[in-house]
Amino acid sequence: MPETIIDAINMALTEEMERDERVVVFGEDVAETGGVFRATEGLKDKFGGTRVVDTPLSEIAIAGGAVGLAVFGLRPVAEIQFSGFLPPAFDQLVTHASRMRWRTRGEWSAPLVVRTPYGAGIRALEHHSESLEGAYAHIPGLKVVIPSTPYDTKGLLKASIRDPDPVLFMEPKHVYRSVREDVPADDYEVPIGEAAVRREGEDVTVISWGAMMHKTLEAVEKIDVDAEVIDLRTISPMDRETIVESVKKTGRCVVVHEAPKSGGWASEIIATINDEVLMYLEAPIERVTGFDIPVPLLSMEDYYIPHPPRIAEAIERVAE
Amino acid sequence: MTKNTSQGADDLDAPWITQDDLPVKKYQIIDENGEYDPEDVPELTTEEFVDLYRWMLVEKRYAERMINLQRRGEMGTVGSSRGHEASIVGSGYALTDDDYLLAMGRETSAMLMKGVSLRDILLFWRGIDDAQKYLAQRNCMIGISVGGYLPVVTGIGWGMNITDTDAVVTAHFGDGATSTGAFHEAVNFAGVLDAPAIFYCQNNQWAISTPFEKQTNANSIAQRAVGYGLHGIRVDGNDVLATYHAMSEARELARQGNPVLFEGLTYRREGHSTSDDPTQYRDRDEVEPWLDRDPIERYESFLKSEGLWDEVDEEAMVAEVDEEFDAAIEAANAYGPRDVEELFVYLYDELPSELEDQLRELERSLEELDELEEYIERRPKG
Repeated sequence: MPETIIDAINMALTEEMERDERVVVFGEDVAETGGVFRATEGLKDKFGGTRVVDTPLSEIAIAGGAVGLAVFGLRPVAEIQFSGFLPPAFDQLVTHASRMRWRTRGEWSAPLVVRTPYGAGIRALEHHSESLEGAYAHIPGLKVVIPSTPYDTKGLLKASIRDPDPVLFMEPKHVYRSVREDVPADDYEVPIGEAAVRREGEDVTVISWGAMMHKTLEAVEKIDVDAEVIDLRTISPMDRETIVESVKKTGRCVVVHEAPKSGGWASEIIATINDEVLMYLEAPIERVTGFDIPVPLLSMEDYYIPHPPRIAEAIERVAE
Repeated sequence: MTKNTSQGADDLDAPWITQDDLPVKKYQIIDENGEYDPEDVPELTTEEFVDLYRWMLVEKRYAERMINLQRRGEMGTVGSSRGHEASIVGSGYALTDDDYLLAMGRETSAMLMKGVSLRDILLFWRGIDDAQKYLAQRNCMIGISVGGYLPVVTGIGWGMNITDTDAVVTAHFGDGATSTGAFHEAVNFAGVLDAPAIFYCQNNQWAISTPFEKQTNANSIAQRAVGYGLHGIRVDGNDVLATYHAMSEARELARQGNPVLFEGLTYRREGHSTSDDPTQYRDRDEVEPWLDRDPIERYESFLKSEGLWDEVDEEAMVAEVDEEFDAAIEAANAYGPRDVEELFVYLYDELPSELEDQLRELERSLEELDELEEYIERRPKG
């Protein structure tokens, strides 16, 4: 059977731990149980308790510990169980991880990965459904990566572990097991900072990432618009070239993300288009996003998530 | 605030525990009057005994001259270490070159002992970013965010364990830092990991304007060690021998996988920094007794009792420190040239195109807008 995103994470971690003994994996419940989503299953048996470690329930110490390990020459891959629990660790990412190289003028660095499942749609309680990639992408020195497919997940995670700088790797847990494709057993990387064109088209550029990528593709299939669909894959540093080239061709654009609207990453994308290719635009750019509210609990979360009908309507309006 | 003592629990049925169950002693070798039991004195050579004195003079003279420079407008905001000399020197003297020292900024002589140059300390306080590069080359870092760097210390210790490195990492921080969540998580996790880490709290009893009693209801910082399953100690931080000896033992404990919470009890004689006026929040009456407990004078009386005072040529020592300081200022003044490129190129291993565009835009504006460079020139530099 083709692989899921969870399988791809496990493959990437296994291969990187085999390749490089400096790679250590840790977080809450990652070793004995293999993580609440089983992404790290089997790693402890394979690599032992020194390299695969269950930590106390301490997001600050997990992130800060990762910084210290990285400074000391290891390659930490930390898991924050849900991105809703990332805010306590945010300080460590902002205050130390993102600027260790800068602070010491290249003498020290923090090549670490923080993996965290993000996004709504899994019928959870509070703090299990956030998408705050825009807030993290705002931090200079921190790379933010969000895969949407199993193939990319493996390649991007491997690239993140090998990256000399800190990477926040946000995993679309809504599609952790629902999207499948063949993931090669080969060693390959998907480069950080390169978007992918998922569907070529002439009429409208539609930009999205993560779990929303699949909602976007579903919407595009149902309408009579020749949309070009871009999967951003890396939020920061952003692949401006792919966006600019596509908008030059189509002259129209819709950005879809699950995060709240105001100050969301769509704003940055639209500002980039404004800077680079404003004169090519034939219609105002639209955003289809979550709302400026906390993600509702399970009973009403579907009113929050940008589902395909909302996306389809926006694309059709912009295409007119 | 009422202290949690056994009093409130005496008449109750359940077996309540209180701070009274854990009286924390203050470890001291030389007392406030310069008295000591010769049995307690650590075995050091004459040279080492004199060296401890010299380092305390370095710390004191450095602090005095930094304040003078700041008042003349030749230095940014600085925090004086007056009163902390024994705490800084005693703790630093126990460390080796391979050890890591993550400091809060008031630990100059401890960093100098690890090979950091005085010039680079001056660069740091002048806000010249390269300073931390030179500190890092000596396994040192100054973390400005109070308490925030303690989890990084735990991580470095963890790395030493994984790589079987024979060294320790110490965090130096103040009493205020112990109220942060980062302190709790860092110390607790270090215990779980058996990390070779020493958490060295210079409890100088003031966090800017907040006294220790408002920082915590605990009688001591050291007692918390027990709660975390660590070794802990409260030391008279104005006694350089006690501080040095306990720190040497802490280093041994840490190397064996027993992290340590170390409280050095001292007193911040001056403001938090040159931007702070302590007369606004504390009485002169409180400060006076501490001025009489000068750590350097106390050690001087010890050296005299030991018949070692003849080995100390104080005048020559001060002259030497001044000479080194003059040379360091000269080197700091000559440091450069600098370029705005350095602000961009060190953020990532490889400069992203967006950032390169921003750098070029800044360079263009400096090139084309004559007023911009002039405007920046007119801005205060310290």
